[in-house]
Amino acid sequence: MTILTSAANSSHDGLQQLEMRLRRARLGLGVGVLGIVMVFVSFTSAYIVRQGLPTLDPRTNTLVRDWFPLPLPALLFFNTGLLLISSVTMELARRQVARFTTPTRAASIPNVFAGREGTILWLALTAVLGLSFLKGQWTVWREMQASGFYVASSPTSSFVYLLTGTHGVHLLGGIFALLAAGATVLFRRRAESRVVVLDVTAWYWHFMTLLWVYILCLLEFAR
Amino acid sequence: MATGEFAAHEAHAHAAPQGFIRKWVFSLDHKVIGLQYYFLALTAVFVGMFLSLLMRIHLIWPSVSLPLFGEIKPEAYLSLLTMHGTIMVFFVLTTAPQGGFGNYFLPIQIGAADMAFPVINMLSFWVTFLAYIVMLSAFFVTGGAPLHGWTGYPPLSALPSAGPGEGLGADLWVISIALFCIGALMSALNFITTTLDMRARGMSLMRMPLTCWAWFITAIFFVPLVTVNGQLAGHKGGSPLLWQHLFWFFGHPEVYIAILPAMGLCSQLVSVFSRKPIFGYKAMVYAMLSIGIMGFMVWGHHMFMSGMSPYSGFAFSVMTMAIGVPSAIKTFNWLGTLWGGKIRLSSPMLFAIGFVSLFVSGGISGPFLAQPVLDIPLHDTYFVTGHFHLIMGVASIFAATYYWFPKMFGRLMNESLARWHFWFSLVGTYAIFMPMHYLGMAGHPRRYSQLTEVGFLHNLLPLQKFITYVAFITIAGQFIFLFNLFWSMKFGKKASDNPWEATTLEWTTATPPPHDNFAGRTPVIHHGPYEYSVPGEPRDYVMQTDPLTVAVR
Amino acid sequence: MGLVLLIIIWLITLISAYFFIAKTWWLPVGASAAAAGIDHYFTVTFILMGIVFVAAQGILGFFAWRYRDRGSSSVAHYSHGNNRLEIAWTVLTFILFVGLNLMSSSIWASERFRPAQAGAVQVEVTGMQFQWYFRYPGPDGKFGATKPELIDPSGGGEGAVGLDATDPAAKDDLVTGTMYLPVGREAEVILRAHDVIHSFFVPAMRFKQDAVPGLAIHMHFTPISTGDYELACAELCGLGHYKMHGILKVVSQQEFEAWLAARETEKQ
Repeated sequence: MTILTSAANSSHDGLQQLEMRLRRARLGLGVGVLGIVMVFVSFTSAYIVRQGLPTLDPRTNTLVRDWFPLPLPALLFFNTGLLLISSVTMELARRQVARFTTPTRAASIPNVFAGREGTILWLALTAVLGLSFLKGQWTVWREMQASGFYVASSPTSSFVYLLTGTHGVHLLGGIFALLAAGATVLFRRRAESRVVVLDVTAWYWHFMTLLWVYILCLLEFAR
Repeated sequence: MATGEFAAHEAHAHAAPQGFIRKWVFSLDHKVIGLQYYFLALTAVFVGMFLSLLMRIHLIWPSVSLPLFGEIKPEAYLSLLTMHGTIMVFFVLTTAPQGGFGNYFLPIQIGAADMAFPVINMLSFWVTFLAYIVMLSAFFVTGGAPLHGWTGYPPLSALPSAGPGEGLGADLWVISIALFCIGALMSALNFITTTLDMRARGMSLMRMPLTCWAWFITAIFFVPLVTVNGQLAGHKGGSPLLWQHLFWFFGHPEVYIAILPAMGLCSQLVSVFSRKPIFGYKAMVYAMLSIGIMGFMVWGHHMFMSGMSPYSGFAFSVMTMAIGVPSAIKTFNWLGTLWGGKIRLSSPMLFAIGFVSLFVSGGISGPFLAQPVLDIPLHDTYFVTGHFHLIMGVASIFAATYYWFPKMFGRLMNESLARWHFWFSLVGTYAIFMPMHYLGMAGHPRRYSQLTEVGFLHNLLPLQKFITYVAFITIAGQFIFLFNLFWSMKFGKKASDNPWEATTLEWTTATPPPHDNFAGRTPVIHHGPYEYSVPGEPRDYVMQTDPLTVAVR
Repeated sequence: MGLVLLIIIWLITLISAYFFIAKTWWLPVGASAAAAGIDHYFTVTFILMGIVFVAAQGILGFFAWRYRDRGSSSVAHYSHGNNRLEIAWTVLTFILFVGLNLMSSSIWASERFRPAQAGAVQVEVTGMQFQWYFRYPGPDGKFGATKPELIDPSGGGEGAVGLDATDPAAKDDLVTGTMYLPVGREAEVILRAHDVIHSFFVPAMRFKQDAVPGLAIHMHFTPISTGDYELACAELCGLGHYKMHGILKVVSQQEFEAWLAARETEKQ
């Protein structure tokens, strides 16, 4: 994909450097993302296996299935909407940095601040939406507890907390990454650093959104 | 002195650091980080050995009172074995070959100036270090270290009431492993990205030394492994069998991929010191890949007796026997490399041959355990303990040390002391772990803190005594190595840049390598890594960077 | 140096092999119907693996000496390998390993794939830190109900397994600390555990099975020789793991019935 429009005076070397750093950073992120995918693959298989596993009921001395589906609070779907929008704002931030930054070999020209405010705005919006999502998840948990479903109440509820909680923790990490990205945009002088950091942060964020959609589908459809 | 081709090279991303902290503590230089990992593993292995010595003493003299420690109570014994296993598997076996030598030599062997993400590399070490400290701290908290074995089966590991150490100690144990997994993931990220993206010109994947392949494959399989392992550590609860499935799904590949760097190294050394190309390079690569992949499909062989379905047992057993095939191929290829060679029995080669011997012995007991029917009498007996200790590949870590020491420190380790160390270690290891197979066949269960209660164990006590006496001697022999290591750093015979006359890239550069590994020049590769005794060449080795003269592969 | 290496490797190999062949420390004499098959299969694996062991170590030691650097007279043979050889030994190894596996599968199937026969002697084996309890169903042939909340080891055997006295089937249940079985009859053991995972291991019967909390695992074996056989716990269960043992006494059918009757009268 083309993310750069080379201005007339961008040097070929700088572009090569940027491409190399982007490639490497994306590769590294890909590996990390693969790791997280594996976590959820194992959760998925545990979830499916557990649905079918009987346990010994000591009162009747027989093996019984103890899995029953949990009704999902409607707030979860609203939260999903928040996250989807946050991915859009994140992507806007990423493209803005790429568009307004021309890679140069020397340190970036200090007076050219064009576009940085816009990027900060989009990043901030993404962070707010992300935090709202997490707050929404927390509210869902409170709702579940109010209905009597705690972490250990039933196998189903355990998995709901596990899946949403693990995702939430990783998303929180993403929010820290957003803060770091914001700092990079504001303070880092080298233009390529801004492009690379925003790129990696954005792709991680999109992955988090996709992952959430997957989790929702799993909980909703694989009962 | 390097005679090969080097290209002009862009400025290294970070200049050489000044100041002690930047240079030696929070260094971004993969060579320093590699050394940090190595010395972490070195302290861990002596801690682990000391724990095992205490175990051995208690087994044969349960009521003896030691100076400083007093009497080793049964709960202490179980803590010792838990921590011995955990520390050795995580902080020695997984750390030294991969974090230590991998970090130091992967970039150099592929012609890169550093790892892809130096900051993450530095963080990965310090996270691992933190994990180590947390693990050790379990000894010093109320209740002491956990006693549930390195496998941590619940409910035993989930009940604080199961014994002292199962409260805070067990929590620290879990936290340590979770931290370790985070550090390992960061490290794996670096290895994979570096190998894929930073090879010098001409260094195709199929021209990489087998060490690099091993580090690469290990890192790839680490990614799914440690992320899930770390999550697992944080989530206890559920059926006991579910834990076993999840634990072994990750615990088993963990130990298989821990052996891969050792195998890569063995291949390297056998080739260098036989002055012959490795027999069947491609087969070696595919064998390592197969071992890595199939390693994820055999976990149930730890659970034949667990109450798991016997049909699953059969399936796992077939897969386990199948994974013996690539391991056997590698052994045949090592023997094939020796055949017709011109073998130089320097210390690295002694240990490499020792590794092959121990690997064969440990591997042969595998097919016994892999059959569920034979596992019935042998599961959870000393037969298993003997099996995995022999196959573990520690000889390879010693071999790597003697081999790369001159490149890291500019001096050779003392050959006489190395030979003493070798004989102590080879004979000692066999004398300790081969008898364990006999104990296992006689029905001696594992993790028994003493032999006094069960009748059919009484006549096995003499053999246990023998093992303990040999253990004392063997561990004493390791101090020869420790002395040699530190003494040679200052007083060892000065080494040339390529004392072993090897062909791979680390031997083209200065000793020790400069900050950016190749002094501003990038190597250009023209040959594979094992061009020894090429007919028509003036020397019996062709460096990977040597210009093309005679037509070689 | 090469010669020393050869000698040491060969010595290690021969000494190890000697103790295996001489059976200085070996499996105890088999006392169950399955033992003969398992032991036979053990021997087959042992011989085949033994040959591989001696051959591989022998070749290793020999090569280390034979192909040593003897100065300018020795030249290494330049070769990157031999594909045909590679394929050959891969296929042979595969046949050996998978063949061994398939051979053993019939024994595994007969042991584990079928349930106990009708008319087998039933014993419920319960593992608890750090003691084995054995429950017999009594003349009514039915095991009474147990409840976790009734478990009380201080209340003798019945208390230890949490027997529910209100269940009529429980009245004639016998709980003992020693296991008795009649010779020549198949025994069905139902393995349970109260607290942590234990493992019921009777070496002479070639029997081992984990006892898992929350599961009742049905297994079977047939003792074929009378005698006293020690059993031990084979899964780490805590501080007393090393002393969690018991005795299986295999007696004639008459003695078994007499013992059961005597225990029943004691209960009244």
